[in-house]
Amino acid sequence: MLKINNLHAGVEGNEILKGINLEVNAGEVHAIMGPNGSGKSTLASVIAGKEEFEVTEGNVEFDGENLEDSAPENRAHKGIFMSFQYPVEIPGVSVTNFMKTAINESRKARGLEDMPASQMLKLIREKAELLDIDRKFLSRSLNEGFSGGEKKRNEIFQMAMLEPKLAILDETDSGLDIDALRIVANGVNKLKSKDNAVIIITHYQRLLDYIVPDFVHVLHEGKIVKSGTKELAHELEAKGYDWIKNGAVV
Amino acid sequence: MAYTEEELKKELETKEYEYGFYTDIESDTFPAGLNEDIVVAISKRKEEPGWMTDWRLKAFKAWKEMEEPEWANVTYQKPDFQAISYYSAPNSKPKYDSLDEVDPELLDTFKKLGISLDEQKKLAGVAVDIVMDSVSVATTFKKTLAEKGIIFCSISEAIKEHSELVQKYMGSVVPQKDNFYAALNSAVFSDGSFCYIPKGVRCPMELSTYFRINQAGTGQFERTLVIADKGSYVSYLEGCTAPARDENQLHAAVVELIALDDAEIKYSTVQNWFPGDKNGKGGVFNFVTKRGICEKNAKISWTQVETGSAVTWKYPSCILKGDNSIGEFYSIAVTNNYQQADTGTKMVHLGKNTRSTIISKGISAGKSQNSYRGLVQVSSRAENARNFSQCDSLLMGNECGAHTFPYIEVKNKTAQIEHEATTSKIGEEQIFYCNQRGIDTEKAIALIVNGFSKEVLNKLPMEFAVEAQKLLEISLEGSVG
Repeated sequence: MLKINNLHAGVEGNEILKGINLEVNAGEVHAIMGPNGSGKSTLASVIAGKEEFEVTEGNVEFDGENLEDSAPENRAHKGIFMSFQYPVEIPGVSVTNFMKTAINESRKARGLEDMPASQMLKLIREKAELLDIDRKFLSRSLNEGFSGGEKKRNEIFQMAMLEPKLAILDETDSGLDIDALRIVANGVNKLKSKDNAVIIITHYQRLLDYIVPDFVHVLHEGKIVKSGTKELAHELEAKGYDWIKNGAVV
Repeated sequence: MAYTEEELKKELETKEYEYGFYTDIESDTFPAGLNEDIVVAISKRKEEPGWMTDWRLKAFKAWKEMEEPEWANVTYQKPDFQAISYYSAPNSKPKYDSLDEVDPELLDTFKKLGISLDEQKKLAGVAVDIVMDSVSVATTFKKTLAEKGIIFCSISEAIKEHSELVQKYMGSVVPQKDNFYAALNSAVFSDGSFCYIPKGVRCPMELSTYFRINQAGTGQFERTLVIADKGSYVSYLEGCTAPARDENQLHAAVVELIALDDAEIKYSTVQNWFPGDKNGKGGVFNFVTKRGICEKNAKISWTQVETGSAVTWKYPSCILKGDNSIGEFYSIAVTNNYQQADTGTKMVHLGKNTRSTIISKGISAGKSQNSYRGLVQVSSRAENARNFSQCDSLLMGNECGAHTFPYIEVKNKTAQIEHEATTSKIGEEQIFYCNQRGIDTEKAIALIVNGFSKEVLNKLPMEFAVEAQKLLEISLEGSVG
C-alpha cells in the first residue's frame, strides 16, 4: 500500500530525513519510534504532503502511484489520513460542519454527489458511539477550548468518519491520561481491518500496549536504524534510546 | 501541488470583479456639474412639491460651506464634484405591471448578478423594489402590502403621494447639515426607497431593494426613509452590486430609520460595489450616512456585510432616545487588494435602561486596510445604560492592515460598558489541517472565514445569509462561487 524509497527530505536546505525505506501493506500496524528530533513528525508530514518540506531524493508511493506533486487534499482523497500531534482550532466551524465538508469534498473528488443529510447523521451517530463521544461535543467549534484528550479523541473520530486506507497517528498518545488513551486505542482497534493500515508514531511504548504493532521501526537522525517486532519496543523501553544512539545498531 | 502563501496571495490579487460588465441602456443624463440650477432641475424633473425643492436648496447652501472630512483612516483622490452628472434615469421609463414587460437587456443584467426576480418572488415572498440608476423600474408585491396599510415605494413617489409623512420625518434623524456627504445627498438625491409600517402591524415579508450604479460617471445618491409606527415590526434588506468602471464612482447615500414606541426595525445590507481592480484602479467611493432613532422600548438592529467599494466610510448608528430602547450593530467588512474600509457604528444612549450590542468582524487580505471606528456615548440622564462591544479582525497575508478605533464617552456612573477585541491570522497550519482532511485551500479559506463571521451571518434573514456567504467566498477567492 505504502512504499517509501530512499526518502530524503528537509526544510530550507536542512536535511531531516536521510534515506528512509519503508513498506506498509494492508492489514498491518507499524510503529515508528525514536528520540526527539529524529524526524518522526517530519516523516508523517511528508507522507501527508505538507508543503513546507522539500523532498530532495527518493519518493513515496501509495497504491503503486508516486505521490510526488500530489497536493495534500488529493492524498487525503486517495485515503491517507493523519492524526495531528497538535490539532488546529477553527473557531465558528462545528465538528459536524467540518466533517460534512471533508466527506463531501472527498466524494466530489470521486465524482459522487453530496452525502444525503440523513445518511450523514446516521454515520455521525454511529461513529460517535464507537468512540464514546457526547453528541453535544459535535456542535462545538472545532478544537476550540478542547482539552488535550478531547482533541485527540476528535482526531480519531474524524478518522472513523473518513475511513482512510492508511492512518498515520502522530504522537496521538501525548497529553492523554490513561482513560483517554484507552478510549482512543479502542477506537483505533475497532477501525482496524485487513484492508487498511496504521502507522503509529510515538516516543513511548505505552500506546503499543493497547494497539499492538506488527512491526516496530526505530528512527534516529533521519534514518530507520532498527526494525523488528513488538519486542523491540519493550527492549527500547528497558534500555532507552541511548542504546540506539550509542551505535549498537543492526 | 498545494498552495504556498505566495501563490495564494497571487490568486487573491488576480481575482477580477465578477460582476464587471456594463449594460447598454439608453439613459437620460444631466450634464456634469453642480449648482442651484441643477438642484432645481432635479426637483422639477421629479415633479416634486415646492417644499421639497426648498429643502434641497437649503441643503445645497449648507453643503457649499462645508469641507470634505479627512479624519477617516483612508486615503484617496477626492472626487471633483463638478465633474459628476447628478441625474440619470433609464429611458424606458413607464412602470411595468409584470416583469415580462421589462427591457430584456435589463433582465439579462440582473441574471448576471444572480438576482432572479422570479426566484426572489418565490423565496419566502420577498417584495423587490429595484433602483436601477436612480429610478425605480419595478415594484412587486405592492398589493399584499397595501392590504396591511404598509407603504413601500420609491422615495420620489412618497414625496408626491405621502408628502406629510416625508415632510415630517425626512431629515429628522440625519439633518441636512449633518455632514458633508449627507448635505450633498440632501441636495441632489435622485431616488431611493420609502417604507411606512402602520401602528401594530407586523410586516409579513422581508422588504428588499437592490441598488446598482450603471451609467458611467453618474454618482448615485439614494435616500431611504423607513418609519415603523408604534408597536410595528419590519425587516428591510438592501443589497448592492455595481458594474466595473474605470473612473471612481461616488456613492453617497443617506438612510434614516424611525422606530416609534415599541417598534422594531431590522435593517440588513449586503454591499458589493465594484472594489477596483487588483492594482487599485477604479472602484466605488461609498460614503454613507445611516442612522436610526429609537423611541420608548423600540429596537433597531443593523446588520451589514460589506465586501465591495474601493473606499468605504460608513457608520450605521442608533440614537437610543426612548427609555428601554435597544440598538444593535452586526458587521462583516471584507477588504482585498487596495480596498480601504473605515466602518463601525455610533450608539448614543440618551434614555434610561438603554442597551446596545456591537459585533464587528473585519477581514483583510491583499494590501487592504480595514478599520473599525465606533463610538459608545452615554449621556448623564441615561441611567443603567449597557453596552457590549466585540471587534474581531482576521488577517490574510502580511501586507494588509486591521485597525480598531473604539471611542467611549460616559457621563453616567451607572453605565456598564464592555469592550473585547481580537486579531488573528489565517495560518498555514489551519489550511494544511483542512487540506489533510481533503478540503482544498479555497474551500478551507471559505470555511474559516464563514466560521469567523458566523455570529453576524446568523443575524441575516435566511435567504440573504446564503447570498452573503457566497459573496464572502467570491470576495476572497478566485473561482469559488
